[in-house]
Amino acid sequence: MQQKVENKSTMPRVSALDMPDVPRGQLPPHLELQRTRVLCASDAPTHTENIQYSGAYASMGVDNSLQLDQFCKNFRVEVIRLTEDDMEFDMIGIDPSLANAFRRILIAEVPTMAIEKVLIANNTSVVQDEVLAHRLGLIPIKIDPRLFEYMSENDTPNEKNTIVFKLHVQCKRGGPRLTVKSDELKWLPNGSELLLATENPNSNSSSRPKTYTSFSCSQDSLPEFSNNPIGPKHHDIIIAKLGPGQEIELEAHAVKGMGKTHAKWSPVSTAWYRMLPEIVLLEEVENEMAEELVKKCPVNVFDIEDVAKGKKRATVARPRACTLCRECIRGEDWDKRVALRRVKDHFIFTIESTGGLPPEVLFTEAVKILEDKCERVITELS
Amino acid sequence: MEHGSLKDQRASTFSLTDEDHTLANSVRFTLNQDPRVTFCGYSIPHPSDARVNIRVQTTGDPASEVLKDSLQDLMGMCQHVRSIFDKAVIEFRMSRLALLAVVGSYVQQSVYPETGPLEN
Repeated sequence: MQQKVENKSTMPRVSALDMPDVPRGQLPPHLELQRTRVLCASDAPTHTENIQYSGAYASMGVDNSLQLDQFCKNFRVEVIRLTEDDMEFDMIGIDPSLANAFRRILIAEVPTMAIEKVLIANNTSVVQDEVLAHRLGLIPIKIDPRLFEYMSENDTPNEKNTIVFKLHVQCKRGGPRLTVKSDELKWLPNGSELLLATENPNSNSSSRPKTYTSFSCSQDSLPEFSNNPIGPKHHDIIIAKLGPGQEIELEAHAVKGMGKTHAKWSPVSTAWYRMLPEIVLLEEVENEMAEELVKKCPVNVFDIEDVAKGKKRATVARPRACTLCRECIRGEDWDKRVALRRVKDHFIFTIESTGGLPPEVLFTEAVKILEDKCERVITELS
Repeated sequence: MEHGSLKDQRASTFSLTDEDHTLANSVRFTLNQDPRVTFCGYSIPHPSDARVNIRVQTTGDPASEVLKDSLQDLMGMCQHVRSIFDKAVIEFRMSRLALLAVVGSYVQQSVYPETGPLEN
């Protein structure tokens, strides 16, 4: 027993009381790195998880709980690109759970208008009725869906929940084949023109004949549509091709819906985010090495700068271009020179709108929808 | 809907209909960062039912109060995100306009030297 204690004591023993203090109120650098960065090694990324638990760093004297004012102070948005139908922006200082919620809502829960019912009066083309109806449904319509209401199952179609389009095309006998494009869809502001089959058509000839919609007024008399007629966003979408003598006559009814019911109501063609790549040169990469590094990268992340006496040094010039292909850390010892990381709370968010609403409006609508969800649950709880 | 014992208010499971990962994961994030919460998590019992179960266990406060506060926090965050985003968009537009004006005045200076910014 005595022997054992002596053996152990040959190693320098330092009392815990004599060790230097870990500074309180801040994390040591290696923990801070693990908390804020995903490290992308050549085999697999590590430290991908987010530390959410409020007491995760309690022993360090670091409070990990949610402080709204802290969030407000750190959160930033930087718009990179903004055009009529796509935008890219950086969201900095937000948790992936929220960024993902916005993305999910954009794809599945922001409403748009899309053709839902197609009344086919005549279709002698080679495109079957159901295929034609499906194709019509996918055509993006340029209209603000906030001006319309949802149509529930028992509602009658009226001017507040339905947009009616007419498509009537015919290919002349003896002529060339005809390509039907989306600009042939004509908006009917007065609603359907197809008459409902009634039992006794002569009974009340004085009143207006019943059609498939019951509009109380014309849509183009409403101020919001009076000087911008409703139509498809693109005028060159091919709907069908007609041979000589073939004809399509139909009416298409567009209603409000959400992407989770059917993708045709999704207001975005894509909405995605990626974490900001961070590339760190762990040591000076010089001369031939630098040239090799520049050559390794297929997306040209690195540049060479001249330092004194004809020396060349590699620099990280365009980290945003990095696709995480990990070519630069392949091969002997390269992972000791270059570190690939991702910043966990910096999201490069891209939204491509299909045309109903501009992308910046879509995003604010998505955030509003998340707020509404919270409010709904709060009112149910109290 | 709420499943919890009447005696112990500290632990409850909340079953929300017509919700999915979108809300549940965000709420789980805010709940986890609340120091009063000892455990929280969510599950979707069956993928074809539109329903999530959120489990909350606390150190002493009623679970429903804690959940409500977390939702309030989430809402506050959303409002802040929206205001900052709108500001960023306006700033971006203004900077583009300013850039256009600068470029325009340079072009004008090179084509019609010695003219002011608003002269033809």
